[in-house]
Amino acid sequence: MPLIAKLLVQRIALGLLLLFLVSGLIFAGTMILPGDVAQSILGQSATPEALANLRAELGLNEPAMQRYFNWLGGILTGDLGTALTSGTDIAESIGKRLSNTLFLAFWAAIIAVPLAIFLGLLAVRFKDRWPDKMISAVTLASISIPEFLIGYVLMYLIAVKLRWFPSVAMINDGMSLGDKLSAIALPVAVLTLVVLAHMMRMTRAAILNVMQSAYIETAELKGLNGFQVIFRHAFPNAIAPIVNVVMLNLAYLVVGVVVIEVVFVYPGMGQYLVDHVSKRDVPVVQACGLIFAAVYIGLNMVADIVAILSNPRLRHPK
Amino acid sequence: MKDQLHYLARQAATGMMSRREFMGRAAALGLTAAAANSLLSTKVMAAGPQKGGTIRVGLQGGSTTDSLDPALATNQVALSVIRLWGEPLVELTDDGGIEGKVAESYSASADARVWTFKVRQGITFSNGKSVTAEDVAQSLDRHSGEDTKSGALGIMRGIKNISTEGDSVIIELDTPNADLPYLMADYHLIVQPGGGKDDPSAAIGTGPYVLKEADMGVRFVAEKNPNYWGDLGNADTIEYVVINDNTARVAALQSGQVDMIDRVPPRTAKLVGRAPGINVHSTSGPGHYVFIMHCNTAPFDNNDVRMALKYGINRQEMVDKILNGFGSVGNDTPINASYPLYTEFEQREYDPDKAMFHLKKSGHDGEILLRTSDNSFPGAPDAAALFQQSCAGAGINLNVKREPNDGYWSEVWNKQPFCTSYWGGRPTQDQMFTTAYLSTADWNDTRFNNEQFDQMLLAARAELDTGKRTQMYADMSTILRDEGGLICPMFNDFVDATSDRITGWLENVNGFALMNGYAPHRLWVKA
Repeated sequence: MPLIAKLLVQRIALGLLLLFLVSGLIFAGTMILPGDVAQSILGQSATPEALANLRAELGLNEPAMQRYFNWLGGILTGDLGTALTSGTDIAESIGKRLSNTLFLAFWAAIIAVPLAIFLGLLAVRFKDRWPDKMISAVTLASISIPEFLIGYVLMYLIAVKLRWFPSVAMINDGMSLGDKLSAIALPVAVLTLVVLAHMMRMTRAAILNVMQSAYIETAELKGLNGFQVIFRHAFPNAIAPIVNVVMLNLAYLVVGVVVIEVVFVYPGMGQYLVDHVSKRDVPVVQACGLIFAAVYIGLNMVADIVAILSNPRLRHPK
Repeated sequence: MKDQLHYLARQAATGMMSRREFMGRAAALGLTAAAANSLLSTKVMAAGPQKGGTIRVGLQGGSTTDSLDPALATNQVALSVIRLWGEPLVELTDDGGIEGKVAESYSASADARVWTFKVRQGITFSNGKSVTAEDVAQSLDRHSGEDTKSGALGIMRGIKNISTEGDSVIIELDTPNADLPYLMADYHLIVQPGGGKDDPSAAIGTGPYVLKEADMGVRFVAEKNPNYWGDLGNADTIEYVVINDNTARVAALQSGQVDMIDRVPPRTAKLVGRAPGINVHSTSGPGHYVFIMHCNTAPFDNNDVRMALKYGINRQEMVDKILNGFGSVGNDTPINASYPLYTEFEQREYDPDKAMFHLKKSGHDGEILLRTSDNSFPGAPDAAALFQQSCAGAGINLNVKREPNDGYWSEVWNKQPFCTSYWGGRPTQDQMFTTAYLSTADWNDTRFNNEQFDQMLLAARAELDTGKRTQMYADMSTILRDEGGLICPMFNDFVDATSDRITGWLENVNGFALMNGYAPHRLWVKA
């Protein structure tokens, strides 16, 4: 399918261009922030000499443009550089954090995505009856409450009162998979509650849209039951918008969970990024920013491609 | 019956009977639960520390950008980690004195200008190398010199020369300083092999524990150092978990995931203390929350404006509402009873009439701008609002401007003429005054320039007669109180908490939070 290959190449090229622009934006953003990295590292206890020494050592006296292009050159050769603040290799420390973040996102997605779609189908099947109303009410309530509050409530009930799962979701290499899953049970539950409503509502809306079509009526007339109609005939045709919103939520699970990470003390990318932003550690912030942007762009690309594959009409733009 | 009870308590304390069983039997003997509990805890203390087990601690303030290099330590987490693997020459005792760590003993020349520290013999670093005087000299040297990034540079600046002689390290000073041992207790000045010059973040030292795992801003695990020279350290394993979120830290303690936490928020500390199995410990210390005015910038260059503001603040209200009672009122000097040579003097009170009198006398008219931010101290914006109200009662028009947390220490503090801030305090008056009130100090954040004060500071430093020194420091506090740019409404207590799983807490230990950072070493897991 050369047409699809061409589309793919186009998408990827566009994605890379976007990434390049994003890196420039992030760099400019960190330049505008008040204060400099040396002052932030040494904090209130900075003497002028110590500041000047640290600045010189970190290469902060070079012009901004030069620092930016040095870094960009490093990226292209696979070198993310070293953190200004701690002097550690960025690729190495990000690698560990990113795998933690993906671990959490993966398990949250494994639960949330099928659950949301199932609830969406259920809501369509019982449209305007009590299951539909209850599902909508519960999921909309959980998306409306700030996630840190859901976190605190679950922490109080499940960790402090019932003691089923730990309140500190700290995982490390020495733990078995079972221990890790027990550790992340609470953040996974909160993330599931947070992303559920969006995906569920979209599934419901998209399928209801398709349900208006004539062929659904035909399917009903030939005697299929309600669930079969929805699952075999309506769902495949509603898949593009559903995948779109699922991908958006998956991206959120990777890049938007800093509050959950702080509340549950989970060693993921979010906390790592925030710490380095407040210390003006530009290389780390840019590396994190690029990874986040890549995740977003990548997942959206997947959504696009799925949409194209599932709907032949899109393969032949006018 | 009394004997029987004590027998039971001893059994429970030494682990021959469970706590629940003891409480039950004590109740059977007619004792109330509270009385039984306190009897048990005294017996637990008397039975002496139990060795072994794991103590887990939830700490606030760590960041993924931290370093293991003691020179760059700036927060409680870094301090706590250093306390595990490393030791300075000397350390503060519980009551504010000095005891030897790497140094076995020390002595001064008659004029307090030359100090000799004798290195403890036969002790080794955790890499097996024995500690020499040269290691000590190199360690100190790494923190001095103009190209260092060390947080202890300010302390080291008064040192002219460091040399070794056999197993002794000789420190020569520019000017006499009777307080040098206190300076050497600074937590940055850890003795490292070769001075740590090759690998400053190797975390190799002479401490009671050996660092096994270090994930910056996340988690640290240390195990008992089998070759440690002293008897510090009860638990076999100490684990630090960085939990920056207040609610999460308290929940971790309540759910039993950690045994000890620091910085219990004052607002909820009383509630936390009421939870079963949790003990809250409040320790008074030298830390204080401040409003600082630049004495050389209008309108604060007029002492009457400064006095008007000092009379316009309600100190007790601040202690009650901002600290929720976990603290004590300040008196516009950075010195309180936690300092060794403290003299009490008359407490300054909120007095709108006097404030109005001074304002009129100054001739100042119009609003006064106070800058504040959330991170300048916990509750700073609320404190600023209280100040604004009490000032309004005295006819002073105080305008509060909220600044972002981000960049507060680089853009507002020590730059703008009037803002909120905090000080952690120092172990001695000399150090506190030298750090922030000497006219030439880098962190002279009130731009206080008083020749008489400077001279007295230098004279007191060289004075070995304690009576005379005490008087000099009292006089200097008076000068600061009546002329300085510092408004110090309150001294904040350290509020820490422990669970019932561990015991051995000592009240009012001098120094930093968590019993000067040694609580994890000195407490023990109950049998």
